[in-house]
Amino acid sequence: MRPLADEVSAYLKGRARWSPLEIAFWIFAFATIWLFPAKHLILTETAILALFALSLDLILGYAGILSLGQAAFFGLAGYFAGLVAKYGFVEEPVVALVLAGVAAAALGFITSFLVLRGSDLTRLMVTLGVSLMLGELANRYSNITGGADGLQGVTIEPIFGRFRFDMYGHTGYIYSLIVLFVCFVIARRIVYSPFGLSLRGVKGNSLRASAVGVPVKWRLVAIYTVSAFFAGIAGALLTQTTAFCSLDVLSLDRSADLLLVLILGGTGYLYGGLIGAVIYKFLQDWIATLTPQYWQFWIGLVLVVIVLIGRDRIGGGNVALRTYIARLGARLMPRRTDRREAPCRFSKQ
Amino acid sequence: MLTILFDGIAYGMLLFVLACGLSVTLGLMNFINLAHGAFAMAGGYCTVILVNRFGVPFALGLPIAFLVTALIGGLFERTLYVHVYARPHLDQVLFTIGLVFMAVAATDYTMGSSQQFVQIPQALQGQYNVFGIGMGKYRLLIIVVCGLLTVLLQLLITKTRFGSRLRAAVDDQRVARGLGINVGAVFGITFAFGSGLAGLGGALGAEILGLDPTFPLKYMIYFLIVVTVGGTSSITGPFLASLLLGIGDVAGKYYVPNLGAFVIYTIMIVVLLWRPQGLFARSTAR
Repeated sequence: MRPLADEVSAYLKGRARWSPLEIAFWIFAFATIWLFPAKHLILTETAILALFALSLDLILGYAGILSLGQAAFFGLAGYFAGLVAKYGFVEEPVVALVLAGVAAAALGFITSFLVLRGSDLTRLMVTLGVSLMLGELANRYSNITGGADGLQGVTIEPIFGRFRFDMYGHTGYIYSLIVLFVCFVIARRIVYSPFGLSLRGVKGNSLRASAVGVPVKWRLVAIYTVSAFFAGIAGALLTQTTAFCSLDVLSLDRSADLLLVLILGGTGYLYGGLIGAVIYKFLQDWIATLTPQYWQFWIGLVLVVIVLIGRDRIGGGNVALRTYIARLGARLMPRRTDRREAPCRFSKQ
Repeated sequence: MLTILFDGIAYGMLLFVLACGLSVTLGLMNFINLAHGAFAMAGGYCTVILVNRFGVPFALGLPIAFLVTALIGGLFERTLYVHVYARPHLDQVLFTIGLVFMAVAATDYTMGSSQQFVQIPQALQGQYNVFGIGMGKYRLLIIVVCGLLTVLLQLLITKTRFGSRLRAAVDDQRVARGLGINVGAVFGITFAFGSGLAGLGGALGAEILGLDPTFPLKYMIYFLIVVTVGGTSSITGPFLASLLLGIGDVAGKYYVPNLGAFVIYTIMIVVLLWRPQGLFARSTAR
């Protein structure tokens, strides 16, 4: 048994290794801090959107859960962070951020039991229902949340008591980018772990996955909770960087736009959400200058066209690019190539 | 008390007419159509334009709304939806949400974002008083029309040749195909008819539900609840689910106005915990 276990672990480690291109991606991402100092506000939004898309990718791309209610976690944590800062319960933004994430994760854990029942349609209904319910709640208790006017008078204390949020968004951007990177590393670790592999198994065929001993239900509960945590972090980041929170953090549009972001970038691939967020923000910026009022129409058109052309074909371009990248990586690091054969070998036994 | 029940029934009946097309298309092709509300909105706006601008009588506006929406539905089905049937659910959701966004923005652009009202004739305003129960004439009309439609639908599905083909296709598409039933055509007609019904529901409900460009987004959750709670195998399931939802919603808004829409979400969650496959789903697994 021992050699097989070694082989498996060697294969997993090989898969999880950082490729040079990934490193280049992050170096470039951090370089934008100095490259585009004038664009920090929109870059902050992009980073937050990327983190939010990453959270959806974890459940949609890796576990196959179709959700229209990711905004519920985003909004809950957004309000949480806003209220905590407004009334000064927790002064330190980083602590508040993590607490907001935990609050969202708690909601995710509770609702996961509802979501895991039934078919795709039921999941759509429940996820949508939960986010609408929270929206209704936020609207109803407008004395706490500020209702349609939004939560006002939020002041965010400096990070670690030292880095003050400035109006050009420099601090906000660096903060968001670091949080995004940390979350990405965690997500990457999860995805490439044996746990992540078992999730892929569940997505591929849950019946067979349970036959080989994967506790399907608990795996899904776990990933749904983790995803809620990341979505919550994204929501809290938005509140902290803008010092504002309004009802639209809970809206259906937000969840639907998020699906578009992920589709633009590609699902089941951690960089999909990140790349999608960049494309989406460019698209939004461009369309908004053309027709500021009816840009929703064009978003809808993009969705319809993407589906009619075929997600696979757009994704196909991604796959081609990815294999190219992998080949490039293999040339730079020749050791990786022999590890790639590992799955074939142990599947024969 | 009985007035609330009455209003709830009218509301539920309306929801049923709006959503039954969705439940049939979902059961038939396993196709998630979130854009169903857009057809209802189209019917509503069609009536508004006809009645308010061109002075067409209300009674004539309703069938025209049905026909127009059925036409639009049929057209969309043939040109766009056919490409998406075999796709995964994610694609269907993306596609239909895209359609909803387009419909919302297009309606906003052409008709303005304000709420629209249909001028209903004098004879339908006011209310009857029967044994101390106030019954709005318009709501009575809704109950009568929707009740007739339900009976008609039930007869159509159980007694006619088309109905038996439809049921066969829902039960097992492949076998139905093997027996020479043109499932594509059955589905196209059903889709058009369902859209037409949604349009009629939208036209009738403009007065009660309100009609503005965000209509398809606002009522998406109601349709989903009706379909998931009622199941997709028959029309009695969605019918009872609609009534439950309608009465629950009206009673909730009347008795506990603070909780408002929570009542229906609570119903949804309880039902889901109790019977994940829907309240009236058939026990035989497909």
